[in-house]
Amino acid sequence: MSHTANIRPGQIARLVQIGGERSFRRRLMELGFLPGTSVRCVRRVGVGGLVEFEVRGGHISLRASEAVALVFESDR
Amino acid sequence: MNPPPAAAPAVGARMSVVAVAGNPNTGKTTLFNRLTGSDQKVANYPGVTVERHTGRMRLPGGREISVLDVPGTYSLSARSREEEIAIHSIAGIDGEASPDLVVLVVDATQLSRNLYMALQVMELEVPLLVALNMTDVLEARGESIDVEALSRELGAPVVAISALKGRGIDELERAIERTLAAPERARPGARWTPESAELRADLDHVAASIPAEWSRGSPARARALAAWALLSIDDPDELRGVPDDVRRSALARRAQTTAQGRHVDAEIIRGRYAWIDARIDSFVRSPARARSATERADAILMNPWLGFPIFLAVMGVVFMALFSWADPAMGIIEGVFDVLSGLVRGAMAPGIVRDFITDALIAGVGSVVVFLPQILLLFLFIGILEDTGYMARVACLMDRVMRTMGLNGRAFVPMLSGYACAVPAIMATRTMERQRDRTLTMMVVPLMTCSARLPIYTLMIGALFPAALFMGFAPTQALLLVAMYLFSTLMALAAAAVLSRTMLKARSVPLIMEMPPYRRPHWASVVRLMFQKARAFLSEAGKVILVCTVALWALLSFPKDSALETRRAELVTEAAALDEAAATPERDAELERVAAVQSELDGQALRGSYAGRLGHAIEPTIEPLGFDWKIGIGLIGAFAAREVFVSTMGVVYGLGDADEGSVTLRDRIRAEQRANGAPVYTPLVGLSLMVFFALACQCMSTLAAVRRETRTWRWPIFLFVYMTALAWVASFVVYQGGRLLGFS
Repeated sequence: MSHTANIRPGQIARLVQIGGERSFRRRLMELGFLPGTSVRCVRRVGVGGLVEFEVRGGHISLRASEAVALVFESDR
Repeated sequence: MNPPPAAAPAVGARMSVVAVAGNPNTGKTTLFNRLTGSDQKVANYPGVTVERHTGRMRLPGGREISVLDVPGTYSLSARSREEEIAIHSIAGIDGEASPDLVVLVVDATQLSRNLYMALQVMELEVPLLVALNMTDVLEARGESIDVEALSRELGAPVVAISALKGRGIDELERAIERTLAAPERARPGARWTPESAELRADLDHVAASIPAEWSRGSPARARALAAWALLSIDDPDELRGVPDDVRRSALARRAQTTAQGRHVDAEIIRGRYAWIDARIDSFVRSPARARSATERADAILMNPWLGFPIFLAVMGVVFMALFSWADPAMGIIEGVFDVLSGLVRGAMAPGIVRDFITDALIAGVGSVVVFLPQILLLFLFIGILEDTGYMARVACLMDRVMRTMGLNGRAFVPMLSGYACAVPAIMATRTMERQRDRTLTMMVVPLMTCSARLPIYTLMIGALFPAALFMGFAPTQALLLVAMYLFSTLMALAAAAVLSRTMLKARSVPLIMEMPPYRRPHWASVVRLMFQKARAFLSEAGKVILVCTVALWALLSFPKDSALETRRAELVTEAAALDEAAATPERDAELERVAAVQSELDGQALRGSYAGRLGHAIEPTIEPLGFDWKIGIGLIGAFAAREVFVSTMGVVYGLGDADEGSVTLRDRIRAEQRANGAPVYTPLVGLSLMVFFALACQCMSTLAAVRRETRTWRWPIFLFVYMTALAWVASFVVYQGGRLLGFS
């Protein structure tokens, strides 16, 4: 198990669970961030403090501070 | 396949309504524009400042139908009033007309996520036609989608299109016609139904509270709306259109399931995705691959080292365009209205009617039209930034900075535009989704140093501060100008920080932002956006500005002193006679003398006007700032537009027309004395005046624009009061503090 903070750009990891408030969790799930789904970390945007993920062909940016609510199971 | 002929519209029959819906960034608006052409209307949804675009289109069979552009959304579930619009428009509840057909624009390159919303629409038993967009992008990647299989699985018609290239539009129009004629073939009912008995029981329970006007007597539709309610309703939330029974029932049931350790949200969402995942491989011919072109572009544009400089360069171009490229066009507009005034002046006898036409009406219309170049240019850039997908990157790059002030990353472009002019900047706040973010941005953008403040700074700095070097190397005057820019920026940021923690306090919402792939802009849509904005400004804000110009003109021109007016009329005749006479040095000298007397009388008239009296009346309030009543008149005149202060002061001092570069006006300002012989304008007064102009809301056009965007007078009034109070306090601190420190 590892948090978003430990996922490197380019790495693909399996999402285990999402924390945070309900509307945040719900919207992420609707965008395809369902537990069990493979998610790719595309890049970290240092200037803006964001992290970009790819899931189901879509690219979604989250604030790094809020993305810690995503828990991954790393392949490696 | 032979399409059945379209049903002939019955006489007096209601016009069919087609709702165009879909995820953001799917080309939904491009398709809407393709379908409706130029026949569009822009209004607002009741109660929220979200634009409601409707249009008309003629079907191939000749029938005319109405088309509604539903705001882009990833799902029908809602957490805010803005998001509530989608469910209302598609389900046809809470005052929205029920659509006869929903055309769902689906991004073929992100099929599974887009189909999620298709399932929601079908659950509501609304006829669905899928417009499978971006098929050109898909093909370029060597992928394809089996349209037949997709249509078969969904049980609804699917048409492959490319809205950008205009491909498949004819076929889509025929499909709309066919589907409207036989809607039952596009209304297969819910594709996904809950597998678990528990979830079914939850939905049935909440469905019992769904009112008949929502469910229209269909138990399946009631269950769909129950699923919506379970997913959307929160305590508290911003939703307004939910009946109390539904709210209570959904909240109670949710609490019950949570107590059992279940996650209803996840069960519903997972159920829909499971339906999609079980079938997706039978539609998509090749597994989805990475978006190589966009990733390559982002490797540069979002690069830790290059990304930010490139961003600054792009924003620099936007800023330069507004700040200086718009100038020639604005000059031409001003020139045209000057010529128009001149024509009227030449054609009509002098008098109050002529003055009204030239100084109030023509000047008023001119002061509205003059905003158009900046508005058009700003929306040209916003259109390009949004269409290409770069706007999402801007929001991304600026998020950290803007968030510290409680602002959205997308507020950056309006804030930057504020340095040119607050009016287009306020209109640009529409790029933000949340009402609260828009309002907050509107409340601080007018603090940015707009170009109309420059003439006042130039005049004051030029007249009152030495051209010498500060500390031996820095030119004092330039330094002071830079300081004014810095000051206004810091004040705007501080105001945002304060307002976002007080009046406009909002729960901070976690950011979830899609990074759309880069695309080339659809120029027709960009141009349409520009002209829609321009038209909205002219017809709505323009009226307010025109009325204010007329009111200000009346303040500055009345009451008329009859003796003074007689004398002025005599001078006009005198000057005309002199003009006719042969040119001699004596005549020229006499002409000059008459002109000087005329200017002096103009000054007398202004000082005696209502504005003059108002200047006297407000003198006690502005005296602590170092201003006298004549400056008070200038402040009143400046309400038309800040730069008018300069020409008003020219008239007040009996100098006739003057601009910020005028040497006589500068000399006059330096020479102006108080009753006790002390100079009115000292560097300290100049500084106090500049600070006042930096912060005061001396601009009726800004207030009119805020009124248009917020649809209430509450915010423009608040803006005016808080900025004026802030300006007064700051000028007071500068002037009185300066005096305490021994400056005069």
